[in-house]
Amino acid sequence: MSVSVLVIGAGPAGLSAAVAAADAGAMVTLLDAGDGLGGQYWRHLPPERSSVREARLHHGWPLFERLRERVAADEAITVLTEAQVWAVETTGAVTVRVLVGPADAAGREPLALAADAIVFATGAHDRTLPFPGWNLPGTFSAGAAQALAKGERIAVGRRAVVAGAGPFLLPVARSLTDAGAEVLGVYEAARPLHAAKGWLARPHRLLGAARKGPELAGYLGHHLRRRIPYRLGAAVVEARGEGRVEEAVIARLDADWAPVPGTERTVAVDAVCVSHGFTPRLELPIAAGCRTGPDRFVLVDADQRTSVPGVYAAGEITGIGGVDAALVEGRIAGHRAAGGDRSALRADLRRRRAADDVARRIEAAHGVRPGWRAWLRDDTVVCRCEEVPYGRLRDTAAATAQDSLRSLKLTTRAGLGICQARMCGRTVEELTGAAPASAADTSDQRPLAAPIRLGDLAGLATTPHGGKDTQ
Amino acid sequence: MSELVPRAADPIRPAAASPLRITVDGATLEGLQGQSIAGVLLAHGRTAWRTTVAGHPRGAFCGIGVCFDCVATVNGESDVRTCMRRARDGDAVETQDDGTSNDGTEPGERP
Repeated sequence: MSVSVLVIGAGPAGLSAAVAAADAGAMVTLLDAGDGLGGQYWRHLPPERSSVREARLHHGWPLFERLRERVAADEAITVLTEAQVWAVETTGAVTVRVLVGPADAAGREPLALAADAIVFATGAHDRTLPFPGWNLPGTFSAGAAQALAKGERIAVGRRAVVAGAGPFLLPVARSLTDAGAEVLGVYEAARPLHAAKGWLARPHRLLGAARKGPELAGYLGHHLRRRIPYRLGAAVVEARGEGRVEEAVIARLDADWAPVPGTERTVAVDAVCVSHGFTPRLELPIAAGCRTGPDRFVLVDADQRTSVPGVYAAGEITGIGGVDAALVEGRIAGHRAAGGDRSALRADLRRRRAADDVARRIEAAHGVRPGWRAWLRDDTVVCRCEEVPYGRLRDTAAATAQDSLRSLKLTTRAGLGICQARMCGRTVEELTGAAPASAADTSDQRPLAAPIRLGDLAGLATTPHGGKDTQ
Repeated sequence: MSELVPRAADPIRPAAASPLRITVDGATLEGLQGQSIAGVLLAHGRTAWRTTVAGHPRGAFCGIGVCFDCVATVNGESDVRTCMRRARDGDAVETQDDGTSNDGTEPGERP
C-alpha cells in the first residue's frame, strides 16, 4: 500500500513537495487556502482574466506552469483549493481539519483529512514595522502592492514610494511600474556597508544560487533603465495626510536604523508600500507541536523533518531563503515524507546549501536593527486592530514591570484583535522586552490556525469528525 | 489613487473578462469576473471602506488575508476579508463601522 502525504500550501515549496512525493510513489493531497496555485511568489491573474504574456510579470514562470500542469494531470495528486486548514492533530496519524469554500463564508464544507505524513509549506507574510501614519489608507505592505499588481492588475497608487528592507523591495517596485504607477524611489534601510558585507562576502557561493543571482541583477538593471532612485540607508519614517496618505517623510538612517536628525524630506505621494522582511506563518506547525529555533523558524533536520514524527516543513517557515531554497526544500521534504530513499537526494542537498547561504546573506544585510524605534511617537499605533499606541504600550510595560507577554497583552489589548497579532506580535515583543516565557507564550501561538465562525465551530463540535473522513 | 491597469495599455493584455455588478452600501459598482471585492473597490479608487472603533478609516493593507483591515459584511455575513473573497455578480457589500458594531460582538471576541 502506498504512503499518503498531505501538503499544506501550494507555493513553490508545496508544489515541489507534492510532485516529489508523487514521484516517490505516495498518494498526495495538496491544499491551499487561496483559489489558485503558486502561492505569493507566483501570484497570478484568475482564469477569467488570464494572459498568455503573464510570464513577463514573473521569474521562473515556465517552471510554475510545469508544476501546475503536473499536479493537475497526476492521478496520485489531489488538489484542494479554497481549503482553509484550521486545526491539526498529530497524535497517532496526522489529521487536519479543513473548511472548503469561499474565504470566510459561513457553511463551508468541513473535512477531516488523515495521512501518514504531512509537509507544511505555509510560507511567510511581510513584516511591516510601525511608523507614524502607517495606519492611514494608502499605506500598504509591500506584499499587498505586489499581490494586487500581479493578481489583479491593480496599481495601489499613481505616485508611490517603496521602503523597508530586503531584496523583495525591488520586485515590488518593478510590479508597480509595470502596472503604470510612478515609483519615486526605493528606500532600503540597510546602509551600504551592511548590504555589502551581507551580499559580497564569499561571492563564489552566490553562483550556486541558480535563480536568485540573475533575478536580483535583473531588477537592478530595471532600476537603472527606469531611473528609479534606489537609496540605501534611508526609510519612510512617517506618512501624512487627511484621511489618507498624501505625503511620505523620508529620512536617512544611521547604521542602527535610527533616523539622522535634519535629513527628513517630504514627497507628495498617494501610496506608501513598506516591508521590513518576512514573518513565517507558524500557527499550524506550532499547533502540530513542531519545535522552533531561537530565530523563530521551524527546526528541521537534513531530511526537512520537524521534531514531530511524520511532520515535515519546507520553504519560508524554515528560514527566509527565497524561491530556490523553497523549491529544493520542498523536493527533499516531499521525497522523504513519501518514504523515498535519501541517496536519491545528493544533488538537492548540495543545492540546499547554496540556498541556505542566500538566507544568511539576506539576514546579515537586511535584518531589522533596533534604532527604528526612534521614529515612533507616543501616539503611533503599534497594534492596528486594537489601535494601541506606542506610548501606552511602553508605559504599561514599565509601570507594571511585566515581563510576561500574555499579561501585557491582556492589560493593553495589544495583539488581541482580529488579526491575532499577525501584524504586530513580534513588534510588541520587541518594544516591551516581554520575552516569551515559552513557545506557548509567543505571539505565534494561536488557538485556531484560521478564523472560523462561532456558528460553524459550534456545528463542528457536535460532529467530532467534522463531516466525511477520507480514510 | 488606486486604479485598474487599463486593459488596452497593459503590456500583458489580460483576457477581456465579463463584467459584474456588486452593491456597496446600496450603491452599484461595476467590476470584472475574477476580481476580489477589495479589487473592485480599489479599481474604483476607493482605498478605505472600514471604520475602526476609534473612528479611523481603513482599507486593504496586507492584500493577502493576514491583517483583516479590509473586512466587510458580504451578503449579510460580517468580517469577510474582501482581499480574499472573489466578487460575484449581485454581491451586497456593507462597510463595517466597528464603533457602532451591529452584530453585538466586541471586536476581537471572535477567535
